[in-house]
Amino acid sequence: MEQNSVQKPELMLGNKAVARGLYEAGVCFISSYPGTPSTEITEEAVKYDEIYCEWAPNEKVAMESAFGASLAGRRSFCAQKHVGLNVAADPLYTMSYTGVNAGMVIGVADDAGMHSSQNEQDSRHHAIAAKVPMLEPSDSAEALAFTKLAFDLSEQFDTPVLLKMCTRVAHSQSVVTCGERTVPDKPYVKDIGKYVMMPGNAKRRHPIVEARTKALIEYAETAPVNRIEMGGTSIGIITASTSYQYVKEVFGDSVSVLKLGMTNPLPEKLIRDFAAKVDKLYVVEELDPVIENHVRALGIAVTGKEMLPMVDEFSQNLIAEAFGRTCSSAFTLQDAIPPRPPVMCAGCPHRGMFYTLKKNNCTVLGDIGCYTLGAVPPLGAIEMTLCMGASIGALHGFNKVRGPESERKTVAVIGDSTFMHSGMTGLANVAYNQSNSTIIIVDNSITGMTGHQQNPTTGYNIKGDPAGKIDLEALCRAMGFERIRVVDPYNLEECDRVLKEELAADAPSIIISRRPCALLKYVKHNPPLTVNETKCVGCKSCMRIGCPAISMHGRKAHVDSTLCVGCNVCSQLCKVGAFESGHTDTVK
Amino acid sequence: MNTKNIMIVGVGGQGSLLASKLLGHLLLEQGYDVKVSEVHGMSQRGGSVITYVRYGTKVYSPVIDRGEADYIVSFELLEAARWLPFLRSDGQIVTNTQQIDPMPVITGAAVYPEDLTTKLKASGAKVDALDCLSLAEQAGSSKAVNLVLLGRLSHYFDLPMEAWMEAIEAIVPARFLEMNKRAFELGRNA
Repeated sequence: MEQNSVQKPELMLGNKAVARGLYEAGVCFISSYPGTPSTEITEEAVKYDEIYCEWAPNEKVAMESAFGASLAGRRSFCAQKHVGLNVAADPLYTMSYTGVNAGMVIGVADDAGMHSSQNEQDSRHHAIAAKVPMLEPSDSAEALAFTKLAFDLSEQFDTPVLLKMCTRVAHSQSVVTCGERTVPDKPYVKDIGKYVMMPGNAKRRHPIVEARTKALIEYAETAPVNRIEMGGTSIGIITASTSYQYVKEVFGDSVSVLKLGMTNPLPEKLIRDFAAKVDKLYVVEELDPVIENHVRALGIAVTGKEMLPMVDEFSQNLIAEAFGRTCSSAFTLQDAIPPRPPVMCAGCPHRGMFYTLKKNNCTVLGDIGCYTLGAVPPLGAIEMTLCMGASIGALHGFNKVRGPESERKTVAVIGDSTFMHSGMTGLANVAYNQSNSTIIIVDNSITGMTGHQQNPTTGYNIKGDPAGKIDLEALCRAMGFERIRVVDPYNLEECDRVLKEELAADAPSIIISRRPCALLKYVKHNPPLTVNETKCVGCKSCMRIGCPAISMHGRKAHVDSTLCVGCNVCSQLCKVGAFESGHTDTVK
Repeated sequence: MNTKNIMIVGVGGQGSLLASKLLGHLLLEQGYDVKVSEVHGMSQRGGSVITYVRYGTKVYSPVIDRGEADYIVSFELLEAARWLPFLRSDGQIVTNTQQIDPMPVITGAAVYPEDLTTKLKASGAKVDALDCLSLAEQAGSSKAVNLVLLGRLSHYFDLPMEAWMEAIEAIVPARFLEMNKRAFELGRNA
């Protein structure tokens, strides 16, 4: 990668700026599990040859690996989305006690507005509960600077540090100027009292954690990342992260702002001093009233969630309207505009399996991935999605209490990457405690939803080089499953037959529905299909699979040649053979 | 300079990321502060996708709100209609006339409104509607709709052609460069 000594300002994605910060901070080891909106941090970091990067099977393993690298004396990092931090909460809460050797920073990306998430939790609660400091950048330049600062704080205060991103900071580009890389190196020193957290040692570490928090509060009082921008004094606003940008957009310098770059622990004197300088104090923060509750606990009058929502992300209009301004639209249309929800892509290999499950009236307990879209009409096949790996655990419980009536029609559907993340332990429970469950692993040979990351079943590492490959069939056999079937989801007859056989079987079974994601570059597509309009009778059978490439033009089905990849699932539903193979000269 | 706002809207997979990247590069080179906000993850899967490009002396918010867009660049007609309330009173819409049915229309749960180009114009908004897909195919690939749209948008900007070409050369992969330049010029001169 290019390394100019004089750097020119450039436009950079927030997540890429974090990666640049990791490079400049001398980080040597990164282990992460992909999750929107955190994924690009690790994908950008791997472009620096000086940093070892990997995708771990899940966030807990990633964090423990990064901890090991820190223990060994090299700066380390792991990234995850907000819900990923729940998976890694176990090591996090005790790493707070052990502290670090070389600096260790944990990236966590919240998703207010749930652009690509199953909940809207506020990661600041983890920082408070685990008693570790948290920095929150509000643009790309801060993302770079705060990443470097986080490592300094980690070593100065002997603690892991949380770096909290949010969708609008992670996925916005703004201007940054890059610097140089320096690599600190610390020797590994054996210290059983610090690193072996058995009760006797942990008892001695806990007071150190409490003293550290006090020291961090002292730091927060004068930390440059917590800054007051004095403007008009009738209104004072305490804010952080992307909310700061919205506040400045609405008010400019007409109000005073206390911008908190460090949101755990929070300063006390700084807030009192700021409150004393303004007539009326507000807190503007997305999701939970974390700063607001802290201000109230200091006995300071403040307005926050009475006027601002606890749900969804903010915007400049939302804040302007909360403060009594009017924001209006210049133009409107009379017509109702139909929504455009995300859908499975044309040629998605999951489609054939979900069609089959729906046709067989199955109760489907789903999981996290592209295939969650199997819940969307017209397929509407998934009836539960909770968290990574939950499909298998939930199916086991469902079958245990409902018995044979459920076993013959209820299935779990889980993707290959999600299965490696946390499906294996659920499978162990089915094997061990013996429920007659049917588990479908939809293996599209990639981590799809987050944009094509490799995983332990693909045979390639994060750089695309050959790596260890876990054989799903062998793994399931080793766990004690005897009925393991592999089907091609483009073949509806095969899917239907195998599903019926496995649901009827008197033993637990695994169906691996295997075909690579249609968006993978190496996947060769057939030319788009066309509809023979003289044959098409307009029965709409082909519409039941919910393919975005098929629509009705008048009373005839029509295939959008810019979307169709010729998977032929639709043509298997057509009783009159109206779909015809396309021509190879079609512009694609 | 007050912050100017460009919204790029379309259907996931239509190539709006390249358009925003190109605009970001172009405007930064002109000496502006720039912010570009993108959509990744689940929303990309055939859903309605919005990218915000903001530029000026100092840009704070990364997003554009109702009534703020100076330009709405739309890859698809229904999406232009969806985001119309975000247009400023003196704003300009540049839209592809291509229609892609969303799933609720495909399943029959909703109807794709008729004559949207006419209705958009009747709303009082300034609308420049163009069959970008045909022009893209004429340039050599249906995937070049983004460059046709940018070519059309360039019409409304007081920037030299060289600045646009420099941005295209900086962002578009070399093997697609000539085709994309053709697409840009077809849009600009349409």
